[in-house]
Parts: sequence; C-alpha cells; structure tokens
Amino acid sequence: MSEAATAAVAVEGRNLVKAFGQGNAAVRALDDVSVTIAKGEFFTLLGPSGCGKTTLLRLIAGFESPTSGAILLDGRDITALPPNRRPVNTVFQSYALFPHLTVAQNVAFGLQMLGKPKAEVAATVDRMLALVKLEAFAARRTSQLSGGQQQRVALARALAPAPQVLLLDEPLSALDLKLRKEMQTELKRLQTETGITFVFVTHDQEEALTMSDRVAVMSAGQILQTGSPRQIYTRPANRFVASFIGETNFLTARISGGAAHLAGGVIALPAGTADTASATLAIRPEHLRLAPPGTPGALPATVAHSVYFGTDSHLHLRLADGAELVARQQTSADGAAGPEPGTEVGVLIAEGAVQVLQE
Amino acid sequence: MTKTAEQQQRAATTRRNWALSAPALLVLALFASGPLLIVLVYSFLRPGSYSGVEWEFSTEAWQGIFLTRDIFDGTLGWADAHLSIFWRSVKLSLTTTILTFAFGFPTAWFIATRPARARAFWLFLITIPFWTNLLIRTFAINEVIRNEGLMNTVLIKLGVIAEPIRVIYTDTAVLIGMTYVYLPLMVLPLFAAIDRFDMKLLEAGYDLYASRWQVLRRVVLPIVKPGIVAGSILVFVPSLGAYVTPRVLGGGKNMMIGNFIELQFGQGRNWPLGSALAMLLLLIVMVALLVYVRAATKGAPQGGH
Ligand SMILES: Nc1ncnc2c1ncn2[C@@H]1O[C@H](COP(=O)(O)OP(=O)(O)OP(=O)(O)O)[C@@H](O)[C@H]1O
Ligand SMILES: [Mg+2]
Repeated sequence: MSEAATAAVAVEGRNLVKAFGQGNAAVRALDDVSVTIAKGEFFTLLGPSGCGKTTLLRLIAGFESPTSGAILLDGRDITALPPNRRPVNTVFQSYALFPHLTVAQNVAFGLQMLGKPKAEVAATVDRMLALVKLEAFAARRTSQLSGGQQQRVALARALAPAPQVLLLDEPLSALDLKLRKEMQTELKRLQTETGITFVFVTHDQEEALTMSDRVAVMSAGQILQTGSPRQIYTRPANRFVASFIGETNFLTARISGGAAHLAGGVIALPAGTADTASATLAIRPEHLRLAPPGTPGALPATVAHSVYFGTDSHLHLRLADGAELVARQQTSADGAAGPEPGTEVGVLIAEGAVQVLQE
Repeated sequence: MTKTAEQQQRAATTRRNWALSAPALLVLALFASGPLLIVLVYSFLRPGSYSGVEWEFSTEAWQGIFLTRDIFDGTLGWADAHLSIFWRSVKLSLTTTILTFAFGFPTAWFIATRPARARAFWLFLITIPFWTNLLIRTFAINEVIRNEGLMNTVLIKLGVIAEPIRVIYTDTAVLIGMTYVYLPLMVLPLFAAIDRFDMKLLEAGYDLYASRWQVLRRVVLPIVKPGIVAGSILVFVPSLGAYVTPRVLGGGKNMMIGNFIELQFGQGRNWPLGSALAMLLLLIVMVALLVYVRAATKGAPQGGH
C-alpha cells in the first residue's frame, strides 16, 4: 500500500460519472468514482455483475466518454482523446481477434497502425509470440486455435505496442478451470516481465486476491474500498466488502467500555472502540475455535449441523440469542468426525479477529 | 467382405440418386441448355432473307462481330460501331457496380446496425421496388429526369437553373436508371455480410491505433469481402445484358449489348449475328466473373469468415 501510494501514478480517474439513457430511465453505471492506479501495478476491479467494472474500463480505453469527471494518464488529461490516440490497449473478454489475419498479423496490427518500420514489427511480433509461447502458431488462422491459445494471441496483440496500461476485461472467464489457473500464473508472469500496468476486471474474488497488488471492490457504480488483497480481506471497510470477499459471520452487538455485549457473553475489542447501541461485528469462520462448554471467555453455542469439505468442515453454530455463526475446522490428522448436531460447545474468538463495521 | 458390401451399398445409393434427380436434370437440360444450344447453332448459320436462318454452315456472323466490309471498296476493317457498343456496355456496367457499392455499402451498414425490429422494416423498404414491374420503374425514373420532368421543373421553379439540365437519353441517364434498379441486389448480400460482422472488431481496431479509415480498410472491408463479391456479381451480370433501362433512358442512340442483340432479331434481320453476339456476351460474363473471383479471393483466408 505505502509502496503504491508513493509510486508514480499511471492512471487517475477523477469523480467519474457515467450515466446511460436520459431522464428517469437513466442508469448511473458509475457514480462519482475516483481511483488512482500506480505505475507497474496489477490493479483489479472486483465486484458483482452490473456494478460498473466494464464501464470504468471502457472509459479508460476511450470507448465511452464520461458524463462528468476526468481521466488522466501519466498526469496528462486524456478525457477527450479517441481510443486510437491513447497509449492503452485492451484484452477483450471475447478476444475480438481479426478472423481474416493470421496469428502473427494479428499481433503486428497495432505496430503497423503506429507506423513502425517493417523490421521492428517483425522483431517485436517474434518476441511477443515467444513471450506467450505461440511461436509455432505464427502462420495459423485464429479460427484454428483453442480458447486458451486465442487468449494468448489477444494478450500478445495487446502487449505488442508496449502500452502504458493494459486493460483486461474478465479475460479468463471463458476458460475452463484448469486452463484458467494456468493463465492466472501466466498473466502474473507477463505482468512482472513486462512491467506494464495491468487493470484487470473480474468478479471472481479468489482470482482478485491471488493475482493483484491492489484491489478495488465495486458495488452499484461506486468503489467501496481499495487496498491490498490482505487489507481487503482482513480489514473490510463495510458489510458489503466483508460478505463479498470470503465468508464472514455478522453479529449485532452493543458496544460499551471497549467490549461488544452479546446475548451469550462479552467479546473484547481493540482499545479505543467507540460506544454504540447497535454495531455489526464481522468475524471470519477460520478465526473461531471450539472449546468445551463453560470455558472462560467462550460464547455458549449449540451445533446445528456441519458440512464436510475435505480439508476442513464448516460447523454451523447457534448462539443463545438465536444468531448463527459458522466456524471452520481443519480436518484432524486422524480424520475423526467433529461434534454431532445438538452438542453444547463454547466458541472462542481469536484475538483481533473481530471487525467493527461502519454501516 | 465388409468392404464389398459397403461398395455395393454406395453404388446402389448412387444409382438411386441419379434416378431420383433424372426428371430435374431432364428439365434443366431441355429448358436451360437447350435454348443456349439452339443459339449456339444459329450463330454458325446464314441469315434468311426476311428473318430466321438458312441451314448452311458459316462463320460470317462471328466475323461480322469484329470485322465489317466496306460498302464502297469491299475491304475488311474493324467493326468500330460494334466494338464501341461492347466497350460502352462494359464501362456502364462497371460504373453501375461501383455506384451501387458506393450507395449500397452505407445503406447496408445502416440497416445492419439497427435494432432487429427496425431492420426488418428497412429491408422491406429496400425490396419494395421488386414489387413493381421493371418497365414501370424505369418510366418513373424517366418521369423524374426528363427535360420537363420533376427534377428540372423543381430546379427551375427554385431558380437554381434557367434551362433544363439535359440528362435524359445520355449515358448518365442510363447509369442513374441502372444504379436505381440494381441497388437492392448490392444491398442484400452486403447486409448479410455486415450482419455477421462482429462489431467488437471495430473497437479492437481503434484500440490498436487504427483510424476510422484504417479500420474500414484493414478490418471491415476484408471481412465483408464475400458480400462485396456476391453483390458485385449480382449487379454486374444483369447490367451487362440490360435491355429495358438503356432502351427507355438511353434513347435509340445509346445502345448497350442487349439492345444491339435485340436489333439483330428485329429490324436488323440477322439472327446469326444476334446469336453470335449473345454467345459472346455469355463468354464475356463468364471470363469477367472468373477473373474477378480469382482476384477477389487471392490471399483471402479459406473459412476465415
Ligand atoms: N451501453 C449501455 N447502455 C445502457 N446501460 C448500460 C450500457 N452499458 C452498461 N450499462 C449499464 O451500466 C451498468 C454497469 O454495467 P457494466 O457493464 O459496467 O457492468 P459490469 O460490472 O461490467 O458487469 P459484468 O460483471 O456483468 O460484466 C449496468 O447496469 C448496465 O446495465
Ligand atoms: Mg463487464
């Protein structure tokens, strides 16, 4: 985070608003979005369907112009520039490869449009094809390639003109799971090797967490939180972020004197937590531990049921006031089954695991 | 063992297929090739004194297309009149093809980019001229462009011109007429090709630094080329043999091949020459198509679209 904040800025969006349609029927696809993306960063836009990820990407690419606000590239205002005059390239979700050209011609296209000399174009195309491991396919038609290979061509084509920023709109969503994992590693490698700023769109939280330097979580046309994957996961800013990324237990409690008061007990909170009549606490399932009933500091609960996942089980617990909690338990080495439904247990919460959310 | 059985079966299938298609083949042979064959035979006969043919072999008709005997000293010379009619026909047909493309491409693009409902409506409008007889449509054009017609009357009333613009009975009139008549034949195949075109490719082009013009030239046109080829053929072939339009709008003087052929069967009373001209027209069309399709598909991907 501190690194990103001090590094040079590649892309900046200032108070971006994008409305589609007129009057009452207007949809605000982006509602006052400001974002700063550092040079050389793998930046991910994460959010549910329809939250405005593609719209933000299209604004940066220049396919749409904002209703209001400005876009800066390397400190220069590019809001009014058409897409062909922005040093930004896109990897389209549907790849959008040129069907009348070979793989090599596809990769050469951008360089030719920039008027690069023939020898340079040829050399760059070779380098790009080597980068995505498609040297053997240079003379093929794109229709004769598998989905993963087409994906690589799209990447090589967008990387060839050495853009300042590469935009990727859910580039992996059309691939099957295995290929997808492979391409995730591949993408990360390409980004590290080329040092180009990547702006990556996904609605897959795991993809976002494993690949990104920083993630912006979006919902309903707004960016709710921006931060490193670790920050987003461990310190979600609000209930939406906490529930969208990973699994979270939410508990309602009264906060007074630096502790949360629930029906079944009291949970200690970090010092300095302000008093409130009703606050929402977020606790990750992996931070809950079971203890014998009556253990000091443990909340009394009953096991409702458990779901076995292999490496771990999810235990659904009911607290004294009826609230539900899910605890994740690692499968023990001897493979022994967990507690039966109906068992009385105590729930211990790891220190520092409780997040008090602002509503 | 199994192989022979398979072969027997295949042979039986082949026999059955032939038997089933025999009636259709017979009809085709009789009504498509038959008349052509008659024309071919006639072109090698002598003209009858009033009309029809004398059954006597001769290559005079074929020579007569290109060569003509001077009526004073009897020497042979090039038949300039015939050649200029051929040249005019080819020139007018090519120009018509280019004009229909120039008007047809934006039209087809416009229709293909409308929402589905509007699209059906626009396509319907494009095909409306087909519902009216060609002769009537051509006379309608005549009505618009003749000296005392709609165009000149309005322009004079508006004070734009003092004298009527003389368009009727010129090559321009023929071009206007043929472009109007054949435009739908260009628009429909272009529409079909553009409809299949993935509009995302436009964005891909712009994204890769292509200007609008470059996107059109380097992305759109190569991909919709099959539509352009089909449309050009559909316009060029009937243009070359056009009869009604040059007759009504070109007057008697601006003949095209079609009119000239008709002349041989009518006033000219030279059926063999008419037949030879008709065969030559067929030959020109076939050669032109061959050359065009060869050139158009050169370097184009197979199955790339
Ligand atoms: N061209 C358009 N015209 C009208 N509304 C649009 C247009 N493009 C997007 N929208 C609307 O804007 C909102 C945001 O769309 P956007 O495509 O940016 O979502 P997204 O986050 O990319 O979703 P997904 O994950 O499904 O791709 C949606 O409500 C969408 O319906
Ligand atoms: Mg999207």
